[in-house]
Amino acid sequence: MERRLPGLAASRGLAFGPAVTFRAVGELRRVKGTVASEKQALADAVAASLQAVMALAGSLEGEAADIVGFQVALLEDDALTESAYAAIDRGMPADMAWRQAMAEEIAGYEISDDLYFRARSADLADICDRVLRHLFGLPELTQAPGGAVIVGEDLPPSAFLGIDWSQGGGIVLGSGSPSSHVAMLARGRGVPMVVGIGSEWQAVSGTVIVDGLEGLVLTGPSNESIERARRQADELGRSRSEAEARRDEAALTRDGTRIAVMINVAGLADLADLPAKACDGIGLTRTEFLVEHALRDEARQFETYAGLLRWAAGRPVTIRTLDAGGDKPISGYTIAGEANPFLGLRGIRLSLRHPEIFRVQLRALARAAALGPLKIMLPMVTMAQELEQARALLDAVLAELAAEGVAHSAPALGIMVEVPAAAMAIAGFDAAFFSIGSNDLTQYATAAARDGSEVATYADVLHPGVLAMIGHVARHGAEVGREVSLCGDAGGDPRAIAALLRAGVRAVSVSPGLLAQAKAAIRDVDLSERKPSA
Amino acid sequence: MQEVTASVLLTNKVGLHARPSVKLTQTAKRFGSRIEVATSAAGPWTDAKSPVKIMRVKASQGEMLHFKASGEDAPAALAALVEIVARKFDEE
Repeated sequence: MERRLPGLAASRGLAFGPAVTFRAVGELRRVKGTVASEKQALADAVAASLQAVMALAGSLEGEAADIVGFQVALLEDDALTESAYAAIDRGMPADMAWRQAMAEEIAGYEISDDLYFRARSADLADICDRVLRHLFGLPELTQAPGGAVIVGEDLPPSAFLGIDWSQGGGIVLGSGSPSSHVAMLARGRGVPMVVGIGSEWQAVSGTVIVDGLEGLVLTGPSNESIERARRQADELGRSRSEAEARRDEAALTRDGTRIAVMINVAGLADLADLPAKACDGIGLTRTEFLVEHALRDEARQFETYAGLLRWAAGRPVTIRTLDAGGDKPISGYTIAGEANPFLGLRGIRLSLRHPEIFRVQLRALARAAALGPLKIMLPMVTMAQELEQARALLDAVLAELAAEGVAHSAPALGIMVEVPAAAMAIAGFDAAFFSIGSNDLTQYATAAARDGSEVATYADVLHPGVLAMIGHVARHGAEVGREVSLCGDAGGDPRAIAALLRAGVRAVSVSPGLLAQAKAAIRDVDLSERKPSA
Repeated sequence: MQEVTASVLLTNKVGLHARPSVKLTQTAKRFGSRIEVATSAAGPWTDAKSPVKIMRVKASQGEMLHFKASGEDAPAALAALVEIVARKFDEE
């Protein structure tokens, strides 16, 4: 009989196929054998894992290949298992010895000040899990048939990468979040995904439909449901290729309103395959990654900003000053141990406390502004006085550069609107432009953390209260003739675009991968209608 | 047997991170010599053929890498290692 299990849409699209269960290793325990047999079991599990990862490495490209290549190198290295074998000698079972050795190794990465190293702990966790799966005789997902729907409590990124998605397939998770790493991978690969269906996932079997548009899972689907899913999948594929074909065209709503569609970037690498003519400029440059190792290096910062302006070839380039803190710590700069870093010292609050570092970035930005229309955007502005303090620092930097005879230009100085109090008091901010940071504005306004799967349904940009704030800012911008844009996931979300445009937003900035989709969604909106046609 | 040493500044952005560590150990493994690496001339020394151990060193951009090698091909090994570090592991 057909059953409908509601969840959250994490990756758009429709899939149907046989359910394949992914069971986490969890708290499984091994019955201990002799020292020799425990050592043999671990050696076999490591060898089998290495073989599986090597097979995977050959079929991947780019970042995925690097992740797997690193795992191959570690599994080949005897140093990885040294302390586990020593623990087995002391009488420990293979699984516990391996878990303990890997926990130590992971802890070593996690205490690092360096984000690059900390991030690699996920690879070690992956390796740990893979070897345990072999120890317990759990199947590898690489053996899942093509087109299968993977069902589980959660799914590690490496398991996703190990699956052959070339014949379709989908993902259904009991927990998980639309903003998780594996959800991003699924969207990038176009694999339909629904998360957060709860403990029901354990009962999912047989043929399953994954509706990543509605956030719905159908088990035991009727023939009609299967037919409908097939039709919808076909339509979606067609509209996707149509959208891609028109990616470089301007985005006009049905009634002819021109909407600027810009892109969000974190560095020059994000621009590799995109011609500048495909968008209306860069609406958000995240500088945390660019600047992290060059906090005091003006020349290097200048080079990067100059590269963005050269790429944009006359289109506006909006660069956000350092937005460290929150979920983006920078060692030696952000403060550690805040109970709630999202409500702590981050963004402009931190920059104003470190004027010597802020100055370096402002100088590099003012110099790059000589090359094209560069706009400076201040993150997390809460009080008008913060904007004025930043303006005073910028003015001082401009005077300095003039006195030194260094080429520069005065960039437009605008703010991000992501603190609800600032949104409601927007008329008090004398900014050249406003950019609504929909992710943070939504999480602050709905009191629901962005990455918490339990509260993901609350953090909805379409909440009337959030839309009211967006509308308020858009109206103010229209009244005083200052540009209002929206940068955040909502700008690229086809479900949200109509509501945002109706709230008065006329410029969005989206990640490059969502550019075509966002433009297609805009073309579907008719602003002359009073209510949405759907 | 003669021990040779060399040092080179780690200038690539991410330091001895996953991919650079793998490239460094792959280069070291091409040679028969015993090769060790450290971030201080006084040690502690780490086997340059073990990616697991090199990752534990967590060498960041701006640190000096010291190498020492002993074996027949030691001079050639160090020349190759210094070169790949100086070339930023061909990543930038």
